[in-house]
This record gives sequence, structure tokens and C-alpha cells, in this order.
Amino acid sequence: MVTLTIDGKVIEAEEGMMVLDVATAHNIYIPALCAHESVSPYGACRLCLVEVKTGSGRERLVTSCLYPVEEGLEVKTNTERVRRNRQTIIDLLLARCPESEVIQDMARQLGVEKTSYPQEDHGSCILCALCVRACEEVVGVSAISLVNRGVEREMAIPFYDDSNACIGCGSCAYICPTGAIKMEDSGDTRTITMPGNVIEFKLAKCSVCGDYFAPEKQLEYMARKASLEPDFFDRCINCRD
Amino acid sequence: MTAGLEHVREAVGAILERYQHDRGSLVAILQDTQAELGYLAREALVEISTGLDVPMSRVYGVATFFRAFSLTPRGRHTVNVCLGTACHVRGAVRILETIERETGIKAGETSEDLRFSLETVNCVGACALGPIMIVDGKYSGEITVDKVKPLLSMYK
Amino acid sequence: MNRLSSPQELEALRESIVRNRDTRRRCLTICGGTGCLALGAEELIAAFRSEVESRGLISGVDIRVTGCPGFCERGPLVVIEPENILYQRVRPKDVAEIVSETIVSGKIIDRLLYVDPNTGQKAVHESEVPFYKKQLRLLLADNSRIDPNNVNDYIALGGYSALVKAIFKMSPVEVLEEVRKANLRGRGGGGFATARKWQTTRDAEGEPKYVICNCDEGDPGAFMDRSLMEGNPHSAIEGMLIGAYAIGSNEGFIYVRNEYPLAVLHAETAIRQAEECGLLGDNILGSGFSCRISINRGGGAFVCGESTALMASLEGKVGEPRAKYIHTSEKGLWEKPTNLNNVETWANVPLIINKGADWYRQIGTENSKGTKIFSLVGKVNNTGLVEVPMGMTLREIVTDIGGGVPKGKKLKAVQTGGPSGGCIPESMLDIPVDFDELDKVGSMMGSGGMIVMDETNCMVDIARYFISFLEGESCGKCVPCREGLKRMREILTGITEGRGEEEDIERLERLSETLMDSALCGLGQTAPNPVLTSIRYFRDEYQAHIRDKRCPAGVCKALITYSISDKCPGCGLCIKTCPQGAITLVEKKKPVLLDQEKCIKCGACYDVCRLDSVIVK
Repeated sequence: MVTLTIDGKVIEAEEGMMVLDVATAHNIYIPALCAHESVSPYGACRLCLVEVKTGSGRERLVTSCLYPVEEGLEVKTNTERVRRNRQTIIDLLLARCPESEVIQDMARQLGVEKTSYPQEDHGSCILCALCVRACEEVVGVSAISLVNRGVEREMAIPFYDDSNACIGCGSCAYICPTGAIKMEDSGDTRTITMPGNVIEFKLAKCSVCGDYFAPEKQLEYMARKASLEPDFFDRCINCRD
Repeated sequence: MTAGLEHVREAVGAILERYQHDRGSLVAILQDTQAELGYLAREALVEISTGLDVPMSRVYGVATFFRAFSLTPRGRHTVNVCLGTACHVRGAVRILETIERETGIKAGETSEDLRFSLETVNCVGACALGPIMIVDGKYSGEITVDKVKPLLSMYK
Repeated sequence: MNRLSSPQELEALRESIVRNRDTRRRCLTICGGTGCLALGAEELIAAFRSEVESRGLISGVDIRVTGCPGFCERGPLVVIEPENILYQRVRPKDVAEIVSETIVSGKIIDRLLYVDPNTGQKAVHESEVPFYKKQLRLLLADNSRIDPNNVNDYIALGGYSALVKAIFKMSPVEVLEEVRKANLRGRGGGGFATARKWQTTRDAEGEPKYVICNCDEGDPGAFMDRSLMEGNPHSAIEGMLIGAYAIGSNEGFIYVRNEYPLAVLHAETAIRQAEECGLLGDNILGSGFSCRISINRGGGAFVCGESTALMASLEGKVGEPRAKYIHTSEKGLWEKPTNLNNVETWANVPLIINKGADWYRQIGTENSKGTKIFSLVGKVNNTGLVEVPMGMTLREIVTDIGGGVPKGKKLKAVQTGGPSGGCIPESMLDIPVDFDELDKVGSMMGSGGMIVMDETNCMVDIARYFISFLEGESCGKCVPCREGLKRMREILTGITEGRGEEEDIERLERLSETLMDSALCGLGQTAPNPVLTSIRYFRDEYQAHIRDKRCPAGVCKALITYSISDKCPGCGLCIKTCPQGAITLVEKKKPVLLDQEKCIKCGACYDVCRLDSVIVK
């Protein structure tokens, strides 16, 4: 256990934990878009920036999602310098995704009413890679990745047309902070809409009640992973024992 | 020219053997594949993904990240223009613009008739000769705007 | 090549090589570095070989193809030993004469000698050439004496004696202490204390430990590392082995950028030969210390010069940097303790071990010891690689070694540190080359690129150039770099195209502040430097673009016009060259007419005119 202060509050935390997680656990708000408890931290959005001073006196700006707690660490989450940086960052995101309500809300919260830069239109994707990380670390199929480099970076399925590895579980839609990925179930079809691709999946029918409940591909994957018969999962959540 | 499937499988197989199917060598494997086939054909990337047991999304992500890789067939002749700082201060941009005008393609593109692929490169270390234009590995230094068209016309 | 299994055997081999070399024998040393190859050295080498053979001189004359000796402006370079006669700008048509006059009869061919353009003085020997006089070529001198494809050349010069001293006579801790005492600082750009990095890696938990040589030299205009790796790969290998011994590592990687095929080839040959000799691999020279080194090529990404991106690439992933709150010395390649150093840094190590830290400390300034290699390029007479002791002023380097600015133009600024560095104005060029001094003026030492600019270079254009470069090289992971550089480039382009607004400088400064504070890695964090220094030292140029819509240096196309001077005699050369047909002949012997409406400012007429009759303003 180590003792540190966040905005003057003295806190005890387990070694190895990140400042952001510790702050959140103690109801101290630090804005963040690319962090999520179920995947590893990435450090792409830079909004979770905080000022820290180590026990030995070293001062710097760090992203709290990736900075491990230390004995004697002094953390300041909302200094003038931190606020200025967050404002520019959200301003840049707002210029990139002017239609995104989530970004608009956060911008307003951080004091940016409208963007200072020429607007583009990247839908709502902010390249936070939460979808990619969820697909790789939680689901384990790595169906999507970030492709190209720099200003042309985007989230895509391989070759923009290969959805073989995708099992239609919708974890990406669930974890996306801005709603850039949408999932919709209608009748016997699930449609996942990603920036640049629309993928459809045939839903399996519950053998008891007849409701369509999950993509066949997802159920097959789960069965394969558990070394069970491919049609093992044939009941919806309501009809299971 | 696009690669035949058998040829691709053989070439990639040999390369994977050479690197002992080591995942960490993905970049080197892609480089050798491109050198062998002239570009990274889709079939080749699929073979590599299977052969290394690396997700297709990762192979595709790496292939599109690095400038050395081309996923489309290249032209018969590769034109490189150095845009290093030394060449820049000696006017390399005007040379590039002239080449773009003459060939009809921008840097990073290949002409439709597959005659030229145009690339920019950052410093080949021949700064004394700047600005530099390299066609098919042959260096032409102290290039001026008026020399571009005659030089390109030598390559069919 | 016989495998050596003890230091005594190495010494015996060294002595026998030296003994069997007749230093009175004629030797033709030809530079085969990439720069001279671009100037036709391959043809030249073939011509020499064929001439020497056809004259029946093979048994009496050696031909040695070496790495870059640095004087690229005057390549192809040939040195004839034992007299040490330097011939410059040698062409295949000179070969027959050189062989018959100099090789056979010992006569000097005047027209191939270097002539100082300022004094008219001829230099016979390399040491007499002003370009070389003020240099201290501790690392580069051997480039002219070594055929990189022959390890015996390196051994003959004392190669691997530092390794022997380290692994047989010193403990790992003693080696580390020597490097610490020498105060060696990283030559890749960061200037970080090398011994401190070694210590952290040594103390870190985890096995195995790795050493990496960063030869990803991405700064446009810099080719020091290329010349070291092409010309003397063993110097880096020996340095890595000594470092590996001090740190407790048994495996190393040399990461060479994709655009350096010759460096890759020479490094591969060097490794193979060193292994054959028992100087690399298992149980080196019977010491019990083992270390393997392999080569990896980059994929064409500037960002992979950043240590964490480089390591990601070695792991088969995209070259995305990661946060370094936990150092790579503790968790690096494959999450293991990894020590990464630049080529030039490694090459300094054998020197320090052989000559000792006390000797090394005598060179340089208080906090920047040793020498630094710079690639001196741009608007300078003597383009090439220069190696100087730390502490020499920028002005001395540009004027005394570089020979000043050509064509009588005025020196305007010097850019050091590549895209991470800054533009230093002419008035401040008396600052010494020193890590901290360069930091103070807003620039940095960087990897060693030194770009000289004159009055015909526009500083706003230069700033835009660097930002565009970085925008294209950004990995795209973090918001400030990916989005911020794009916006900075838009603003700078606007200024160069006459759309600049009063608030633009403030906008650039605000974005710069955010990049420096919040970008993930060094690429983004240092990207503002060229912009901020050019604003700081050349603000009036920005104002001219923004307020007056004028480019004082005559560079920014939208803000300049091409016109024909009154003295144009109407020769008509430009008429044929103009791609738009914008120039017409009015009357014989009278100036031609340039139609402004059709002019696209491509510069073809300016380039082809031999009579200075095209004015660009």
C-alpha cells in the first residue's frame, strides 16, 4: 500500500494501481475518453492529464490512466495548465467530430462552446481504440484494428471487407464512448454499423421460446472455445436453467 | 502484374520458413514478401496471417502502417524524390511538383498504365547533390525543373 | 577465417595482419558510401579494377573500397597511399591517368587536387584540406582505413582490443563506472547520461536483458549513423558487446532503417565475420561471456526512431509509442529490461574503454564530453559529415569547416536537431555545440543534422516543411499530435499562401503549448520547436506574410511573381522550357515577354536561364 494525495485528499492505494483508477474509486472526477475498466489503458485521448509531483520533487504532466501510484505522490487534477490542455484537446476533437453529442457535451463541460478549427466529418470516431482493445483482450477474436497511420488512421476490418473473424457480439458497440459503432437487432438479423462498414449477422432462435437472441457465429465461437458441440448454446437468457 | 496464387503460397511459405514462423519478425517477413512479389498481394497477407497464427487485423494493420509497403501493384519504374531538409532548402518541392505534373500522379501513387510509381523519401544521404531524383535506383543529382521531362521520357 | 579462442590469439592475429601489410605498397582507397555511389562510384571502382588488372598491376596495388570519409561535396573521393594523396571529383575518364601517373610513376595530377575557393591554395593531402583541418575525427577517421567487408582491417587498427580489456581485465561494474566517469551522453538526440541508462537496465529485474542499437536515423538531412554503420559497423558492434557485458545482457539487436540497404548489408557481413572469428556469439574469445547480435530492418516510419515504437516494431506490431512512465530500461522489448542507444553512442564506447575516461573528458565542454558528428548540409560550400569536439561554435563549423555560404549569399540561420530542433539565427551562431547550450536557445543537439540556410530560404516555409513532415510521420495514436499537427500545418500553409490572419501566431503558440505538454511521445512533444524558434527569431518574416502578403525571401509561390529583367537578351531558352507556353519572343535581342496570367511559378525558366535574367520577388 502507498499513501498519496489527490487534490489535497490523502489516499491509501494498492501499489501498481493507476492514478485514474484510484481517483475514480474515490469519486474524484478526471475526464477520460479512451479508458475503460475492462481493457488495458492506452493513453490516446490525453484528457486524463494531471499534474504530479513525486516524492523526490520531480514535477510533470502525466496521463493518469497510465501513471502508477507512488509513495508520497502529489496529484493535482484540475490546475490551470491542465485545464488549458484539456480545452485544446477537446477543441481538436470537436473539430474532428462536430456532430458527436458526447464530444459536444464534454466540450461544453470543459469550457469550449464551439471549435476554433475548420470542421471535418469523421462521424463520431475519435480513434480511442476501445473497440479494438475490447475485441482483442475481452472477446479474443481481434476482428478489427486501427489501420493506416497518422491523419489517415481509422478503425476498420481487414481490407475493409473481411468480417470473417467478427462474431457479432457487439462488445465494440457497447464500449464505444461516442456511439460511433451501433448495433441493432431486428427480426432475425443483427446489424453492426461501424465507421466504413455495415455487417449483418444471422441471429439464432431460442429452442424454447422462439425468440432471436444472439448471432449464430457468436454462439459457435463460444462453443468452440469451451470445447462443446457447436449448437450447445441454444437457449436465450430467459429460458436457461 | 498480379501474383498467381500458387506462386504466392510458395514464396510466402519459403519466407515464413526462413524466419521460423516467428511472430516478432512480421515486419521483416512483410518486407521480404514485398521484395519477392513486388507488392503485398492480399493472398500473401492471408498466408502470413495463417502461417504465423496472427490475427488478420494485426497483419493488415502493420501492412498499412509502414510506408515501405504497397498493397497494390507498383509501376514498372519507381521515381523517388528526396524531400530531406537539405534538398528542400535547395528547391526539391518544385521538382516534385514538376514530376507530379508530368506523370499525372501524386506521391504515393502509381500511374494507371503502371508506368511510374512516385515516392518521396526523407534523405538518402547524398545531400551534396541535392535536389535528387532517383529512377529505378539510378541517382540524378542537382536536378533542375527543366531536366525532369527529358529524364522521365527515357523510361517507358 | 579461424575462430579465435583467446585474447592472445587475437593479438597474434593482429600482429600477423600488420606484419603482412606492406605500408609502402600502393593502395587506392575509394569511397563506396551511398553518397559517392550516387555520384557514380560504382562505375569508378569497376574502372579502377579493370585498369589495374589490364596493366598487370594487381600484385603490387591494393584497391580498398571504404565507407564515407565525410567530404561528400567533393565526391567521388580517392586517396592514394602511402603518400596519402587526395583526389576529389574523380570520374571514370580520370582512371587511366591516375593509374599511369600516380600509381605507376608517383606523380601528382594537379587538376584532381582540392583547391580552396577562397585562397586558391591546392591541398595534396587530406590533412591540408580546410574542411578536415578543424575536425577531430575520433570516430570517422577509420572510415577511410577500413573496408567494411573485411574484419581484418578493423582488427589491424586495434579493433576489439577494448572488448578484450573490458571482459578480461574489468568487471561489469568497472566498465559501467568508466563510462559514467567519461560522462558519455546519448548521441541520438536525447543527450541522456548513457551510464545512468545502463545502470537502470542492469539493476532492473527480469531476464533476459536486451541491448539495442538504434540506426533508424529518420531526421531528414542527417546521415551520420548511415556512414558509421556502412563504413565501420564493427565499432558499433564492439560498443554493444561492451555495453551488454556491463549490463548483463546476452542478446542485442541492430535496428537499421529500411532506406539504408547498404548499411544493412555491411552490418550483416560484419556480424557474420565477427562470429566466425569468435568475437561475437558463444564464449567470446574463451571469456565465458556470450552475446548474440542480429539485424532488423525498419519498415519506413520516422516514428520508429522513438525507442518504444522501435521495440513495438521488433515485436511485430505497428510502431506506436507508449507511455514511458515505466522506463524501457525496466520494461522494454517483450516487457524485459532493454537498453537502447544510438549508433554513435555505441561507437564511442570502445574509445572510452581503450583510452580511458580521463582522456575522454579532456575533449568537449563541462557537460558535453567527446566529439559529435554532424551532417553539414544545405546552403553551404562544403557539404558533408563533420566530426568536431563539443564546444566548437556553430559559426566556426559553418564558416571554417563548411566554407561558408555559396554564391555570395548571406547566411541566415542554422537548423540543428532536425524536426525536433530549432532554427538559430545568424546573430546567435557563436554559441558552442553543447547539449545544454543548444537547449537554452530553444533548439537541441538532436541526432546531428545541421542545415544551413541563406537569405533565399523562407523561415515560414521551413516551419511548414517540418510540421508537414511530422504530420506525415505521426503514428496517429494521440489526439494532440494527430489533430494538432494537422491544424498547425493548415495555419502555416495559409500564411504561406497569403491567407494569414493576425491571430495565427497566437493559434500556433496555443497548439504548440498543448503538444509540448500533452503529446504522448517525443515526436509530438518536440514538433513545435521549429515553429516556436522561427516565430521567436524571425517574427518579422511571419508579419510580412500575414500583414503585407509578402514573402521577403522570394519562396512562397502565392506571394511572389516571376518577371524578366531588362538585361535579358532574348536568347529564347526559357521559351521552350516553359510548360505553360507563358513566355514569348518579342523581338530579336530584346527581353522576352512573360505572361503573368499563364505563369504557374514552376521555376523552370529560372533554372534554365544562364544569364540571371529571371527575377523572383
